[in-house]
Amino acid sequence: MTSYDIVIVGGGPAGLAAAVSAKKAGTDSILIIERDKELGGILNQCIHNGFGLHTFKEELTGPEYAYRFIQQVYDLGIEYKLDTMVMDISTEKVVTAMNRTDGMFQIKAGAVILAMGCRERPRGALNIPGYRPAGIYSAGTAQRLVNMEGYMPGREVVILGSGDIGLIMARRMTFEGAIVKVVAELMPFSGGLKRNIVQCLDDYGIPLKLSHTVVDIEGKERVSAVTIAEVGPDMKPIPGTEERYTCDTLLLSTGLIPENELSRNAGVSINPVTNGPVVNEILETSIPGVFACGNVLHVHDLVDYVSEEATRAGENAAKYVQNGCKDQDGGKIIQLKATDGARYTVPCTINPERMDDLLTVRFRVGAVFKDSYVSVYFDDERVMHKKKRIMAPGEMEQVILQKKKIDEKPDLKTITIKIEAE
Amino acid sequence: MEKRNLTCIGCPMGCQITVEFEGEEVFSVTGNTCAIGDKYARQEVTHPERTVTSTVVVVGGAKERTSVKTNANIPKDKIFQCMEEINQVRAQAPLKIGDVVIKGVCGTDVDVVVTKNCEIA
Amino acid sequence: MLYDVIIIGAGVTGSAVARELSRYKLNVCVLEKEEDVCCGTSKANSAIVHAGFDAAPGSLMARFNVRGNEMMGDLAKDLDIPFKRNGAMVVCIHESEKDGLQDLYDRGIANGVKELKILNREECLEMEPNLSDKVVAALYAPTSGIICPFMLNIAMAENANVNGVDFFFNTKVEKLTPDTCKKCGQPIWKIRTNNGEYKTRYVINAAGVYADYFHNMVSEKKIHITPRRGDYCLLDKTVGNHVSHTIFPQPTKLGKGVLVSPTIHGNLIVGPTAVDIENKEGNNTTAAGIADLIAKAGDHVRNLPIRQVITSFAGLRAHEDGHEFILGEVEDAPHFIDCAGIESPGLTSSPAIGEYIGQMMKEKMGLEEKEDWIGTRKGILNPADLSIEERNELIKKNPAYGRIICRCESVTEGEIIDAIHRPLGARSLDGVKRRTRAGMGRCQAGFCSPRTMEIINRELGLPFTEITKSGGDSKLVIERTKGVEA
Repeated sequence: MTSYDIVIVGGGPAGLAAAVSAKKAGTDSILIIERDKELGGILNQCIHNGFGLHTFKEELTGPEYAYRFIQQVYDLGIEYKLDTMVMDISTEKVVTAMNRTDGMFQIKAGAVILAMGCRERPRGALNIPGYRPAGIYSAGTAQRLVNMEGYMPGREVVILGSGDIGLIMARRMTFEGAIVKVVAELMPFSGGLKRNIVQCLDDYGIPLKLSHTVVDIEGKERVSAVTIAEVGPDMKPIPGTEERYTCDTLLLSTGLIPENELSRNAGVSINPVTNGPVVNEILETSIPGVFACGNVLHVHDLVDYVSEEATRAGENAAKYVQNGCKDQDGGKIIQLKATDGARYTVPCTINPERMDDLLTVRFRVGAVFKDSYVSVYFDDERVMHKKKRIMAPGEMEQVILQKKKIDEKPDLKTITIKIEAE
Repeated sequence: MEKRNLTCIGCPMGCQITVEFEGEEVFSVTGNTCAIGDKYARQEVTHPERTVTSTVVVVGGAKERTSVKTNANIPKDKIFQCMEEINQVRAQAPLKIGDVVIKGVCGTDVDVVVTKNCEIA
Repeated sequence: MLYDVIIIGAGVTGSAVARELSRYKLNVCVLEKEEDVCCGTSKANSAIVHAGFDAAPGSLMARFNVRGNEMMGDLAKDLDIPFKRNGAMVVCIHESEKDGLQDLYDRGIANGVKELKILNREECLEMEPNLSDKVVAALYAPTSGIICPFMLNIAMAENANVNGVDFFFNTKVEKLTPDTCKKCGQPIWKIRTNNGEYKTRYVINAAGVYADYFHNMVSEKKIHITPRRGDYCLLDKTVGNHVSHTIFPQPTKLGKGVLVSPTIHGNLIVGPTAVDIENKEGNNTTAAGIADLIAKAGDHVRNLPIRQVITSFAGLRAHEDGHEFILGEVEDAPHFIDCAGIESPGLTSSPAIGEYIGQMMKEKMGLEEKEDWIGTRKGILNPADLSIEERNELIKKNPAYGRIICRCESVTEGEIIDAIHRPLGARSLDGVKRRTRAGMGRCQAGFCSPRTMEIINRELGLPFTEITKSGGDSKLVIERTKGVEA
């Protein structure tokens, strides 16, 4: 069996950044396994701009952002396999993969970095009633067809869900000559960025209907009309509010799900809130030496944060193999908890002995909060209380914990993050 | 005097801003809660600009399309004219990030450039 | 050309009859209005091989159900169809309704169902820990099974085709006119379709929900078939083992009720509802239907993980007013043979119906068996069944088996190419899906559809803009970007 110090599953933004940082941290034996025919992952189809303001201090398109990392992978001579599907990861970190030329093969990995990204929630998961004709696509599939294959899925479009991909596709389809009739959003707020609502919808006079959902799809062979209706506070359609739109395409942008089939099979513990692995302060999952970063860990709002997180995962994985792949457990574990409007935290636990001087804890809120406070409690004592003008579910929030402060409390058991009105 | 309502894109607040203006002259900006909103509103009513991103047809490439962008903002009212020019492009592979496929799009001094490499077939 | 037999409909019944007739020295063809086999009732049902305790003793439904169930094991082996006898439980949750179980048991015995048993509460819960707390008893039928309904239909059609039966797709029968053979003076039928005229000595009407339409076209003794819509939810494989048997409530007038069952491929299926409608194409799901389904399924199975739904769909049962199969030559329409009213247990009964009609035709026409009839068929290879060594051997020979196209169901390019090029091969995304399961998984084709389209484009030389989801106008993309000709 071949072996590598680090095997990275996925050659998207997370996998690339992890590979680059692990290499720079002194680990040479690295293999990236990518299922598509090129590196870069989903960024290759995200041809719009707005990427990289934090990382590169300039606005890049998705492919340009990806290429900054791909170039480093080339320059650093990091190995990668394209068109290769990872079929299984075992608890012992044996990675089974397959492609056309190598067949099915196994690799013994010192450490594994999970960087598989996420996928879109399909129609089926939403139980949208109606017919099942052609012309219903997830926004990301439509994005691939339009931007990479050069085909138009349709000419008259209704979009369900105001996630960023849906908003971006509203503009893309408009640019390519389609008419986008309406964007319906089940929630009373959009999960997309304000900038996208203005520049992808408002600019082209595309209405956004909040608290609306699709209640019927017509068309036996190809979509011919979609009916939307307003929903009440119980999320159930309100009779009498139906509006019918003739169209040939329905795009769905109703949420992203971390793609953790491989992680689950490996025995990695999954956080039911994020659908991503439970990780500690070094982004290590419940299996020692298996790390996770990017959208497979939790769905991010900005790719810059994916790169930053993946960079840490890469460094930590390098450190792990350089220490002889020994489980460095021991020492005390502090639990991180999210309550009162904060939905989850990444990481979920902290071992103060292993944490860096500063640790970024990321989380999301469950509703829109205006003029509220992000509070951090060390057990029952409030140690941080920061006012935020606005927090919304579509955006990731963060707090930075100092090792020094944690070390001052040797009996600390739980750190709680919550949202408070005052 | 003209009056326009805008949603600020500065942050998730999305302040509803009302601007009163005539031509280049802005008389008032209200509804914003910070300086970002004021600046955004003034720019948006006098010189609204956008970056356009799309794809172009590639000739002789490993792929039939590659992605492009305007390398700076163009006036908002020229977006569709810009798209028409982009749609006419037939770019010869190989193409590298930054290669210019339209010099001075829509009579501006902004170029349309390649954002993704494309090898020869 | 004059066919000996023309079958209308390439569903599971038409295909079963076609396969049986392919044993004989006969010219047979199947006319199908859709682009593929298995496009109507056969593709959207519970996929259960019923034991046979439901139907009234003495009925055709009872007889063909029990016989079909008996035949299924060998047939599945011969035609390489995924099939498993997982057993069914009819669960009683009210002490007062226990008598109903006994009635069902007695009916089963009268019908010739083997190994039936009534279980007490403890036995039930031991066998199925996730049954409702309210369970008081159950009828257990070990011979009940689960099958891939697509494969059953496709395999029988493929096998018939290999043995010489022609299949004409996108061919909609418009008119049937009786005539007389100029040579022999026997009755023949002229069949007008959208694709020209066909002539045949015998017509077999296996048109599913449309069977009354064709019957009534030729006979004064009218029949009436109601499309009875059933909504289903299919749940993710992670919860496919929530129950291991097929769990039924006690039956009512409208049918067997909402069942919860593992599928042969490891998902969990919940359904169907039963709503009588007018529209023979009305297989749309409704919000009310799905809500009804979810409410009912929870009665017999606890903690049903309904949030794990990956898709919902609806099927139409061909419900004849008398709730009975109509099989045989129509009295006032010589050489016109009905296979009508084939609703549940139609899938189970199909091989037996095929056998019966085959036998009947043999006697009527004095048929002779072919010496070279091939009774077996090899399905699409599933590389997941192979060891790593065998798999690598395969990939070396054909690298397409090394490329995964559908990540959810682990379907390789090799399987998809096979599905396209085998007899009666797939021409659409749904055709590929029913044959290989590509697109059947939890992401519902979001990942694989552009990739599958590429393969169809390459293998069939079909432009992207002509590739459909399921034939007709179900085109997946409309045009190329940038005004380029497709």
